[in-house]
Amino acid sequence: MQSLVIVAHGSHLNPGSAKPTHDHAATIRETGAFDEVRTGFWKEEPSLREVLRTARGDDIYVVPLFISEGYFTERVIPRELRLEGWDPELWDSEGISADTATLIASDIDKEVHYCGPVGTHEAMTDVLIRRAVSVTGDEDVGEGFGFAVVGHGTERNKKSAKAIEYHTERIRETGRFDEVKSLYMDEEPEVDDVTDHFDSKDIIVVPLFIADGYHTQEDIPEDMGLTDDYRKGYDVPTEVDGHRIWYGGAVGTEELTADVILERAADAGADIGNARERIRQRTKPATGTAGE
Amino acid sequence: MSMINLALSETQLAAFKEQLADGVIDHDGLTADYDADTETYHIETPAHQTSVGADELAAVDTEQAAYITNWYFYTHEVGSEVTRAFCRWLEQAAEHPVADRYDALEAGISREWGQLAITTTISADGTRHYEVRHVDDRDADATALTTHTDPFDAREIGTLDPKGRYRPLRTAPSLKSGWIFPDLSAAEVYETVEAFYPATVVNWDREARGELDVDHWRDEQDRQSGIYNLITVLPDDAVDWAAAACCDDSQCLKRREWQLSENEPLAAEGGDGVFPCRGPCSMAVAAGREWAKLERENTQSYEFELTPSEKEQLEAVIDAVADDEIDEIREADVSKGANRWRVRYLREKRVDEDGNLSGTPTHPDGNDESAD
Repeated sequence: MQSLVIVAHGSHLNPGSAKPTHDHAATIRETGAFDEVRTGFWKEEPSLREVLRTARGDDIYVVPLFISEGYFTERVIPRELRLEGWDPELWDSEGISADTATLIASDIDKEVHYCGPVGTHEAMTDVLIRRAVSVTGDEDVGEGFGFAVVGHGTERNKKSAKAIEYHTERIRETGRFDEVKSLYMDEEPEVDDVTDHFDSKDIIVVPLFIADGYHTQEDIPEDMGLTDDYRKGYDVPTEVDGHRIWYGGAVGTEELTADVILERAADAGADIGNARERIRQRTKPATGTAGE
Repeated sequence: MSMINLALSETQLAAFKEQLADGVIDHDGLTADYDADTETYHIETPAHQTSVGADELAAVDTEQAAYITNWYFYTHEVGSEVTRAFCRWLEQAAEHPVADRYDALEAGISREWGQLAITTTISADGTRHYEVRHVDDRDADATALTTHTDPFDAREIGTLDPKGRYRPLRTAPSLKSGWIFPDLSAAEVYETVEAFYPATVVNWDREARGELDVDHWRDEQDRQSGIYNLITVLPDDAVDWAAAACCDDSQCLKRREWQLSENEPLAAEGGDGVFPCRGPCSMAVAAGREWAKLERENTQSYEFELTPSEKEQLEAVIDAVADDEIDEIREADVSKGANRWRVRYLREKRVDEDGNLSGTPTHPDGNDESAD
């Protein structure tokens, strides 16, 4: 019996924080690739502390629905799951190449496969591109468009910028968009000045965030000048300084993110059959795929 | 026994024979074995002891059929040990032998799990069916409730309270009513309860086995990192106040089993919930961090001018907020201290334009000693 456990941050204040986690869990459940799909949260229930005891599988794959390596994936989650002998060195990563580590979780006295975060998996590039398609409604979007991948910045986590740069570079390599750049909320180049950084008239802006919340729904739209008050909403696209901004919101809400979760588990040895193909088909893939 | 017309199905008989070909059955009041030499099945239940050939198995009397279908249900239709324990609790298996239980299951056995009323019924082949609804809807006509079949719908139902406010604490007694899961299997009732009240069944099961691992407050303090390190400075008295304020049954339906430490019990009541709380939750830790900040302040003497009624009114406002009774105070009932008009009147009279009660500054010497 195979169990997938998706662990995420969650929130005491915002019910939308856990929504992508539950949505992706439901999508994966439908594929039947796992006998069960459980979810656990830092701020909601079941807690990270108790989620493993809700899982019944012999093979348990834990996938953090987090954007980057860092404090949560390296310290909080392993501690709360009680992974014996955990050391970030086991991932042998400089910030974007964490894959998997197999350790005993003392809560259940069983081995679990602890995977790297969703946000740094190469398949996340495809999800960013998929968001460009969904926000423009154009399967072939690319020519004439700039693409900004937005991150929080390094103030809180030095590794978060690595994930942003990694996907920016991968999108650039596809040659699909005229310009691809990384922008940040709390460091240069700042998302506030998005139009200064692009020549393209049309700019797609996608935050590499797991869930929509304060930053993606209030801060970023106001900072970019899409609206002076987020409560009034904004158009997609919105004209700002002679550019059209196609703002996509948190990429983690894109349905295809479920595919990256599956990839993480598969990389750790999970047998997922043809679940990936089914998810890709179901969520209607973009015409071009990054890295291909 | 006046019970439903029990009939052993071919599948049940095949499973029964298969089990006895390999060994014996000793389950919930039923013992059975097979004597290969005489090709005879010996079946013993509280009221009957029979020896029959394979051909006669299908015609065993109703009492024995009940025990066999009960064995089949719990060994072949209920997947995991935890689900089995939970389903047995739901039908009060530990208190009532199968024969009595089957009689009761015909009418339905109801139990409460937090704010869930879970009713178990049985069909002719011994399969259990579970209905879940809000305890407040116990007497409601099922057709007046919104029907759900997918256990995972429970998560959505439990996300917002009846006033549309987010419920970060799933075990808060603020579950909205008006819905029903009319017919769930054993696996589904487990998942439904798991979605309403995550991890409560597994922790209850661990407790029943005497294996509940409790994380006390000091364990929690020792484990924190980052911004939550601050809870290490929360005074012990404050932990007791926090437990009394937040873990009370009026705020959370879990029964608090954690203490200050294994040898330092808290004075606050743990509550009467069915399922245990094995450690301070993330809400308690986040609140503890805030209180740790507040408790760093020193007390200060203030002088306020209030009438006796005004003093009592402030106390009434505190009670009304703490007990969530604001909505129960009628618009025009100005006799209540926490009535909105009454409070607005007090503000007009006693609070100056800077928001200071009685015009008394919070920091009279200009020294801002606030928590942040």
